[in-house]
Amino acid sequence: MNIEKLKSAHKLLCEYKYELGKIEKGYTNRTLYINVGDNTISEKPVTQLMKDKFIGGKGFGLYYLWHAVTPKTKWNDPENEIVIGSGPIGGITQYPGAGKSLVCSISPLTGMPIDSNVGGYFGPLLKFSGFDALELQGKADKDVIIFIDGNKGTITIEEAPEEAIDSHVLGEQLTEMYAENEEDKRNISVVSAGSAANHAYMGLLNFTFYDVRRKQIRLKQAGRGGIGTVFRDKHIKALVIRFAGVKGNLNNADDQGKINRTGIKLHKEIHDFDAQQCRMRQVGTANIIEVMDQYDLLPTHNYKFGAHPDTHKISSKVFTGMITQNTPDGCWYGCSLSCAKAVDHFELRTGPYKGQKVIVDGPEYENAAGLGSNCGIFDPHDVLELNFYCDTYAIDTISYGTMTAFVMECYENGIINKEITGGLELNFGNADASLEMLHQMARGEGFGKLAGLGVRNLKRIFAEQYGGDPVFLNDIGMEQKGLEFSEYMPKESLAQQGGYGLTNKGPQHDEAWLIFMDMVNNQIPTFEDKAEALHYFPMFRTWFGLNGLCKLPWNDIIPASNKHSNEPAKIPEHVQNYVDIFNGVTGKNIDKEQLIVQSERVYNFQRIFNIRMGYGKRIHDAIPYRAMGPVTVEEYLSRADRYDGQLKELVGFNPEGKTTEEKMAALRSYREDQYQKLTDAVYKRRGWTMDGVPTIEHLQAIGMDLPEVIEVVKNHL
Amino acid sequence: MKVLKRKPELCIACHACESACSNTWFKEDNADKSCIKIKEEANKNVILSCTQCGECISICQVEAISRDKNGIVRINKNACVGCFMCVGFCPELAMFMHDEYIEPFKCVACGQCAKQCPTNAIYIEQE
Repeated sequence: MNIEKLKSAHKLLCEYKYELGKIEKGYTNRTLYINVGDNTISEKPVTQLMKDKFIGGKGFGLYYLWHAVTPKTKWNDPENEIVIGSGPIGGITQYPGAGKSLVCSISPLTGMPIDSNVGGYFGPLLKFSGFDALELQGKADKDVIIFIDGNKGTITIEEAPEEAIDSHVLGEQLTEMYAENEEDKRNISVVSAGSAANHAYMGLLNFTFYDVRRKQIRLKQAGRGGIGTVFRDKHIKALVIRFAGVKGNLNNADDQGKINRTGIKLHKEIHDFDAQQCRMRQVGTANIIEVMDQYDLLPTHNYKFGAHPDTHKISSKVFTGMITQNTPDGCWYGCSLSCAKAVDHFELRTGPYKGQKVIVDGPEYENAAGLGSNCGIFDPHDVLELNFYCDTYAIDTISYGTMTAFVMECYENGIINKEITGGLELNFGNADASLEMLHQMARGEGFGKLAGLGVRNLKRIFAEQYGGDPVFLNDIGMEQKGLEFSEYMPKESLAQQGGYGLTNKGPQHDEAWLIFMDMVNNQIPTFEDKAEALHYFPMFRTWFGLNGLCKLPWNDIIPASNKHSNEPAKIPEHVQNYVDIFNGVTGKNIDKEQLIVQSERVYNFQRIFNIRMGYGKRIHDAIPYRAMGPVTVEEYLSRADRYDGQLKELVGFNPEGKTTEEKMAALRSYREDQYQKLTDAVYKRRGWTMDGVPTIEHLQAIGMDLPEVIEVVKNHL
Repeated sequence: MKVLKRKPELCIACHACESACSNTWFKEDNADKSCIKIKEEANKNVILSCTQCGECISICQVEAISRDKNGIVRINKNACVGCFMCVGFCPELAMFMHDEYIEPFKCVACGQCAKQCPTNAIYIEQE
């Protein structure tokens, strides 16, 4: 790696000097604006309104994005922005999961705002360098790198023609280039995409942190919604930040002791209980692979089924043996939950890096399920190879997995064939075909390039160009609002159908994961119970994104107090921890109810932002029938006893003597009606009209009645 | 290596050790700033102090904790980012935090407390 040669090819386009900031109670009170189209850099003050109504992180991102775009803005228009920020709590080192960056942009997949929550050091280092958020706007002519030196107070935009595009190489190159020495590497974080983000709509952003034990960079992904595609469309090769001097008190918190004590309490819980509970420290999110299979929730063969006899081949036990341990794998300082696993020295068998030994960040549960079981792929090495290439090429593993599963089902149904796929035999289980499709995506060639457009576009293309039945394609194409479903089987949990469908950005389980509460524990039997859960949990979880936090330390470790709690699903002790650290940082005095209102404001703002962009109504909250019930005879017959039983007990339909088609139609009618009734109940609970539009009265009640918001809403009431 | 050893059955909870420690390291008589703590429980006294087991070394994400040439586990305050994971993960509950400091502190077996112990409930031993 000849760093000097790479660097000497740089051409300085712009240099900006700024006064180093001071953080007060979690805020620098300043944000950074960079336009790569005209190479301008400026600073903006954070207003009291922004802090009161939008808190930070995703709130600031959506606020800036709203003011940057018009209802006509497309993802690849220069005015579209990528906004990155942490949040007032972000950057504390005492409470696990407090180093997240939130990234917002208009999505190529959905055409409306997307937000993605990512680890790595960039967000906290941005704040310590003096800025609560960074707006990127404009489009550069040639590939550029933006470098922020948070110790010197300089920002440069540099033309950078020779560095790699793929993240695992580029991250190492830039860490080497901008660190002053080996010791300084931990002070660098790089944000980059990869070669497939040049072509596919499901491009992601990798955020690095330097693993001081492995002496290598690690990659964390802002995966969902194609923000990496926007990044490459702007011809940004990378953002690099350097800040030396991280300490535990840089947020200048109002009550550091309170934060320390709350953090230590959770560290102790994790120490005492994690090994018996989720084993996050041992194997990370992959701990649930076989659990999902056991409950018929692990998507297999494009969500046809929830379990597979071969799941044991990609179980957490298998991955435990492959991931390299004995290192605390937190993606920000102080995360004792440490879910960020890695496989070292993994030898690649395909693609441009074939034969090389690389580090694979993962596998996460979603990768094993999406790249693996959902595509019928049950070789752990194949899952890791796909995981690696998705990451370095900058492809969202969830969208890729769900899209590939869809394409495989289309292939097996003859909607597409070898001629159309250019020879790829996309049967379920063909890992070689999946890998080749991914490499094509990175090269911008063949069927892989087409596949990169995502399920929504493929449904249309398969119907229009290849004669596919649009009804069937809509039934089996697991996307909503343009975003591919994440990797849980929602068929048997009505609440989770709502958890996926009644969301702002699309079917991603970061708003609500209610399957166990609903299906397994039967804690929310009525529509009103489900609606309450589909109010509370999305609001509660939204709050993590306002503050620069990770969701996992909330309920992937359970305190001893929980079994005596009235509302165990909420983990009340941990909710109080969040109230305490928020108040500890900001000096405010919120309680758990006000925490929910903080989220409600931003959540409704995002809903209205969707409406402003032409989406966000009831029609957009519909979900494909594959998410609700059996689309095919094969699916019905595979769980015939269950479905026959439900027809008798719930639908009042006697299945005896009926054909499978008749039974399927009766079940479908019932389940679709249930979803509509749930939608009614949820809209009512959220203060929306039956068309899904927030009412002015509700916006006034929660304090989100900003003039620009009311202006949009009033045209839809 | 030197280690502070404990015989809690001899402890009379006079707390002289805590005074000695906090005076030695923080120049004030304040049990909250002591690297040894005496907990008075119903029927017994518990002595919390570091055994130099080194569990915290692998816990520390920034390699701020290491064993010195004499075998004593020490914290490099310059490298420490104040996450206090080591406090929550210490099997002896002998890594401490005080609101006035952003780094944890622990016993380095200096022996000042043992000198003040009237019952030899704590003593320095060479292992």
